[in-house]
Amino acid sequence: MRQEVVLAMLAKEPSTGSRLRARLNAALGPLGEAMNDGQIYVNLARLEKTGLIARDRDGSDRKVYGLTPEGSERVAAWLTEVSWPKPDIAEFHLKLVAAAQARLADPVGIVDAQRHELLRRLREAGRAAMAEPEGSQAGLLLEGIVLRLQADLRWLEACERAWTERRNP
Amino acid sequence: MNDSGCHLPLVRARGLRKDYGTGEGLVRAVDDVDLAVAQGEALAIVGPSGCGKSTLLHLLGGLDRPTAGELWLADRRIDGLPERDLAQLRRNDVGFVFQAFHLMDELTAQENVELPALLAGRSPREARRRATQLLARVGLAGRAEHLPPALSGGQRQRVAIARALVNEPQLVLADEPTGNLDSAATLEVLRLFEDLHEAGLTLVVVTHDERIAATAERLISMRDGALVDETRLTGGSSGQLGTLFGVEA
Repeated sequence: MRQEVVLAMLAKEPSTGSRLRARLNAALGPLGEAMNDGQIYVNLARLEKTGLIARDRDGSDRKVYGLTPEGSERVAAWLTEVSWPKPDIAEFHLKLVAAAQARLADPVGIVDAQRHELLRRLREAGRAAMAEPEGSQAGLLLEGIVLRLQADLRWLEACERAWTERRNP
Repeated sequence: MNDSGCHLPLVRARGLRKDYGTGEGLVRAVDDVDLAVAQGEALAIVGPSGCGKSTLLHLLGGLDRPTAGELWLADRRIDGLPERDLAQLRRNDVGFVFQAFHLMDELTAQENVELPALLAGRSPREARRRATQLLARVGLAGRAEHLPPALSGGQRQRVAIARALVNEPQLVLADEPTGNLDSAATLEVLRLFEDLHEAGLTLVVVTHDERIAATAERLISMRDGALVDETRLTGGSSGQLGTLFGVEA
């Protein structure tokens, strides 16, 4: 996770590490399960060191982290960024090409196995979405996962068609 | 396709075929299909429009007759049943859910659900009792007196599902059940199917939408009238959503 994410999640109000974690959990739902508590504190320590957040203590003497003016600026800059994760499908494409060229395996068989796996992931994401209460933040995120999987499955269909044709010209 | 349980499957088809037209115009809508659906299974049949999946569903539910092949529901061979028996089977043993709901707009939700029970010869009191119970089960106890046009799409489909269940069918068949619904209503219907499946209902859904299909336990792909691929959806990467798509700090 980029440090800007942690920063931005602190923008609402200064928070303890556990409050920050709870906010991330609410936004991520089951997708936050792999997140590691220790890493959050490592991130906070790093942000403090670079002067983007400052530490204080609340009434119960717990550590509370808040944005410094530099931190706020960084968040503002991050919000206007239009970067986007690149879809990582070139590797799979090359797997099919290599398998066919070297006659190592049937590309259609590889596509089928991949399709089965993505369908299982789709089922899991779909079920996780069903389990979210209406209007949950994590539900919207899961919707995104479901839609991306559907797009990948459509591409696999195109792969299957194309490699089947090449097999039987 | 393989049997999916050690018990006798609820539905069995062997060499099932459905032709339309003759000679040059012959269309084989369902082509030599072997299929077994286990008791309590949730099965999805997925394929592009025109692949024959709706026709197959109609054959399974006795809405249409096969040109050739054998079909059993539980212990009973049904491919050659006379129309009278087939009508009875459709009423008592199979529940249908359609994309377009097919509710009667002049009847209240409650009356729509009661109707098949009355047609099956149950007393009005019994029909009423069952309909009330089922509407509560699909979360529409408060809408019983509404006419379908006053309900949302998701609510209408839930009434249709209650209606499909009123005669306690062995099998529920759904044809694009979420095809007319937005994504929130789709979730409502999928959640309901999930509950019913957990309660032991046997469910076969046909759809072109892999997202809907992926909620089943087993998915069969259909092309040009034939079953071409089968995916068991349980297992695999199960339980790793966070690792696969999540955030690692």
